[in-house]
Amino acid sequence: MAVRLTLRDKEYTVNPGMTVRHALKTVGIQPESVIPTRDGELITDDEVLKDGEHIRLIAVISGGGF
Amino acid sequence: MRCRKCGEKAAINMRQHKLALCGTHFLEWIPEQTQRFIEKYKMFEEDSRILLAVSGGKDSLALWDVLHRLGYQTTGLYIDLGISDYSIQSQRMAEKFATENDLKLTLVDVAESEGATIPEASKLTERGKGKPCSVCGLTKRHIMNRVAREGGYDVLVTGHNLDDEAAVLFGNTINWAVGYLARQGPVLEEKADGLVRKAKPFCRFYERETAAYALLRGINYIYDECPYAEGATSIYYKELLNQMEEVRPGMKLSFYLSFLRAKKFGLFVQESTIAQSKLVNCSTCGQPTTAPDQCAYCRTWDKVRSRQAAA
Repeated sequence: MAVRLTLRDKEYTVNPGMTVRHALKTVGIQPESVIPTRDGELITDDEVLKDGEHIRLIAVISGGGF
Repeated sequence: MRCRKCGEKAAINMRQHKLALCGTHFLEWIPEQTQRFIEKYKMFEEDSRILLAVSGGKDSLALWDVLHRLGYQTTGLYIDLGISDYSIQSQRMAEKFATENDLKLTLVDVAESEGATIPEASKLTERGKGKPCSVCGLTKRHIMNRVAREGGYDVLVTGHNLDDEAAVLFGNTINWAVGYLARQGPVLEEKADGLVRKAKPFCRFYERETAAYALLRGINYIYDECPYAEGATSIYYKELLNQMEEVRPGMKLSFYLSFLRAKKFGLFVQESTIAQSKLVNCSTCGQPTTAPDQCAYCRTWDKVRSRQAAA
């Protein structure tokens, strides 16, 4: 098994045992640009990812003109 | 990671402050800090009549929630830009929030008042080279000021966050746009000839923080981006700044605060004075403008309407 990360309609897979922060950097996502959630709860990026779990990433950067 | 205040599990870690908080304490911290910034930058008073520009997005709805919790008198203003599903959904979010919190929301439909949606208008002008963003920004700013003036509001408030401010500051610095730099800050003072006071109570919060607040409060906001935002320079700047922030936590905040300090000590004061002295009133709508006759808004929309009629 592995750990699934989803951001909008994209899915990424990483190995368990690493922190959220490390996982984000591994798949090329800027930690500042997302909020990680586990089962609907916000988690900090030092959380260690468990085998088989699914982390939903909420994108925070909004764009366009001001 | 543990909450600095109570030791419970932290919901958010703010590296720039070396501060981690649980959900409960974070939901207290945001309004406390917002009130601190309102007072520090003298944005408005307890009894000020506030018009809040609401887009249905996380920042404006989170700000509306915070101001409401702090006891301020607010009216929301939603501008329907006519951007297909995006506008329909975002208006729905704004209306839902207003209804659930028993707040007043004023609606302005651009197509109804001007005769074309923003995407339609952008095809009929040279402004912005086919992308609607330039016409969109021009129109929103004009309407916000007009509604604020006509409604007798003391201040127009927007949900701009630190990432927004830093990205704008970055772009203006790269281009040395001193006129814009002179006017950037948490507060834009009112002008007697018709420009309403503007304030940004969220200007020192990172975008992650305003998003976290909205999520923890259970505020439903439009998650999708404006379809025209793809490739926006502002997003590119935000990504660059976030790369730097990753290596040097606090850099974005420091960039903005140092700029404000420099301005306080006289940087750009000359440009600010020059720009102010060049304002006249638009011959059509009466709003202040640096143009000699009509303001850019009236010129643009007159052109849109005449091209529609000619088609």
